[in-house]
Amino acid sequence: MTVEVENLVRRFGGTAALDGVSFSLGQGEFAALLGPSGSGKTTLLRILAGLDFPDEGRVRIAGADVAQVPARERGVGVVFQHYALFRHMSVAENVAFGLRVRPRRHRPAEAEILRRARELLELVQIPELAQRYPEQISGGQRQRVALARALAIEPQLLLLDEPFGALDALVRKDVRRWVRGLHERLAITSILVTHDQEEAMEMADRVAVMERGRIVQFDAPQALLEAPATAFVAGFLGEATRLPVRIRDGSVQAAEFGMDDLRVDLPDGDAELFLRPHEVQVEPARGGLAQGVVRFVRPEGAGGARILAEIGGRMIEGLRGASGSHLARGDACTLHAVAGTVFHSDGGRFRWQRREAEVPQTAR
Amino acid sequence: MSASATSRASSGPLGLRWRRQALPGFGLSLGLALTWLSLIVLIPLAALAIKPWEIGLAGLLDVLSEPRVLAAFRLSFGGAFLAALVSVPLGLLLAWTITRYRFPGRRLLDALVDLPFALPTAVAGLALTALFAPNGWLGEPLARWFGWQVAFKPAGVVVALVFVALPFIVRAVEPVLRDLSLDAEEAAATLGATRLQTIRRVVLPALLPAVITGFGLGFARAVGEYGSVIFIAGNLPMVSEIAPLIIVVKLEQFEYAAASGIGLAMLLLSFAILFGLNLWQRALRRGRE
Repeated sequence: MTVEVENLVRRFGGTAALDGVSFSLGQGEFAALLGPSGSGKTTLLRILAGLDFPDEGRVRIAGADVAQVPARERGVGVVFQHYALFRHMSVAENVAFGLRVRPRRHRPAEAEILRRARELLELVQIPELAQRYPEQISGGQRQRVALARALAIEPQLLLLDEPFGALDALVRKDVRRWVRGLHERLAITSILVTHDQEEAMEMADRVAVMERGRIVQFDAPQALLEAPATAFVAGFLGEATRLPVRIRDGSVQAAEFGMDDLRVDLPDGDAELFLRPHEVQVEPARGGLAQGVVRFVRPEGAGGARILAEIGGRMIEGLRGASGSHLARGDACTLHAVAGTVFHSDGGRFRWQRREAEVPQTAR
Repeated sequence: MSASATSRASSGPLGLRWRRQALPGFGLSLGLALTWLSLIVLIPLAALAIKPWEIGLAGLLDVLSEPRVLAAFRLSFGGAFLAALVSVPLGLLLAWTITRYRFPGRRLLDALVDLPFALPTAVAGLALTALFAPNGWLGEPLARWFGWQVAFKPAGVVVALVFVALPFIVRAVEPVLRDLSLDAEEAAATLGATRLQTIRRVVLPALLPAVITGFGLGFARAVGEYGSVIFIAGNLPMVSEIAPLIIVVKLEQFEYAAASGIGLAMLLLSFAILFGLNLWQRALRRGRE
């Protein structure tokens, strides 16, 4: 089922939790809403679920305007952050709930309800827990029950509100791959709300990055990393060192950070330079450029190492360059940027990449 | 709780070794608590249990099977049961209103609920009697329009008992209702449940254990209630005389053994009922915790 959201605004008191949000999803798509807490992602999810209503804007699910339709008539499956299972009901009763509360003429016979509940528990791979109560099972199992319960109403849209937040790190990785696999099988349009970028990048086809009630970029994970639309996205996704720089005569003045100037196609003015660790190579000090000091060296597989260098009063993370194999803590070093993204204070953006063949090969 | 934890390690000079605990003074505080409990509760109860046997089992059975005593038992226990039952929906509504809505005067309403705890029961009894007497504010219209007489009838007893039992239900349910997360109700809504279905299938079952506790507390209090009842009851033998009053009557006639026999019977009956409620509650909680 398709989802279209247009110009959604939701205010709480004086502040806008959602400030003009628009996006659309195709049938069977798996999208993630990613953002720091307070960015409006949960509010957006609640509006889609019908648990909250927008002050302005339109929500269309499968083409029908549902802005004023209450949750119980929407048929949208929701997996809540803390699962919100019914504690006085067994696992099977929890799963059957959505079928039992149907109006009499749409309600399946009791035997059919039980059969469906059993099927769903098999789908989430916990049929043996049917008679247990929520407090007798583990967090990961509760999560599966919550998912089975949401699927029982045969939703055309599935909303997952930080569903893995309460699981420990080890279980989390397994469960999210499993949930993604389930999505492949059922092809239900799904929206995942999360503040964990790893989770969003791994699970979703497209990720909407939210900042202060707006979607700043809605793109495939790869595109978000390679072409961040704003400084916020660049800083929020992946690791990056953020440096305040000045552009003069079409080049970024980076000498104070021990780097050659970078040619960019941007007007003069203040800007921010984002360098991902793999875009920076740390080399032994040579003459001419400002020198830094190696503060930490963290060996990585295949002979490479991450180096955190202090230079010009900043900590910059990079990879050990080809000639830097003996660099140790306390040594003098210089930096060599291979690529970087520059955000001008006027909103302009430039992706800069070193073209010369003289780029030394990294050890990694 | 701590006793079962400590009894696990049991060897030593006294055949009992306390497991070392971070909190010192367990022996002293348990000793003091037991001594105090014995002086205040156990010794009087023992006296109550021993006294009746002065008239022998046959004498005791005679006293307990007097029609007037039986009628009083029926009224006391039946009235208390009815009062606690009436208080359940009333108390739920009050607790719901206090916890779920924000309105001016909410705190006042909250404080008013406790009034029956604080008010001397005799004062409450006088007020209720004045209200429900045949010429009272409520008693008069009730009699004129419906032909109901409340004061000096068993109905009056129930009214007075509802007054004392109500706060127990409210106070037992309130904290549970406050802790009940809205999550579960929202989940029910997304699964297609109407508001009524949500309350019946999700909210009320979650509250049931607390309701039973409140019911038990209110019932126990109502069975023993004396001050607020005797004024409005009128105390007609066989009609509106409650069991605690019979005890007073027996005492005034210097029949101490008979009085404590009735007392003991009340105690055992109350205990059995509360125990039953407790078992029910436990069965409900089984598997949930």
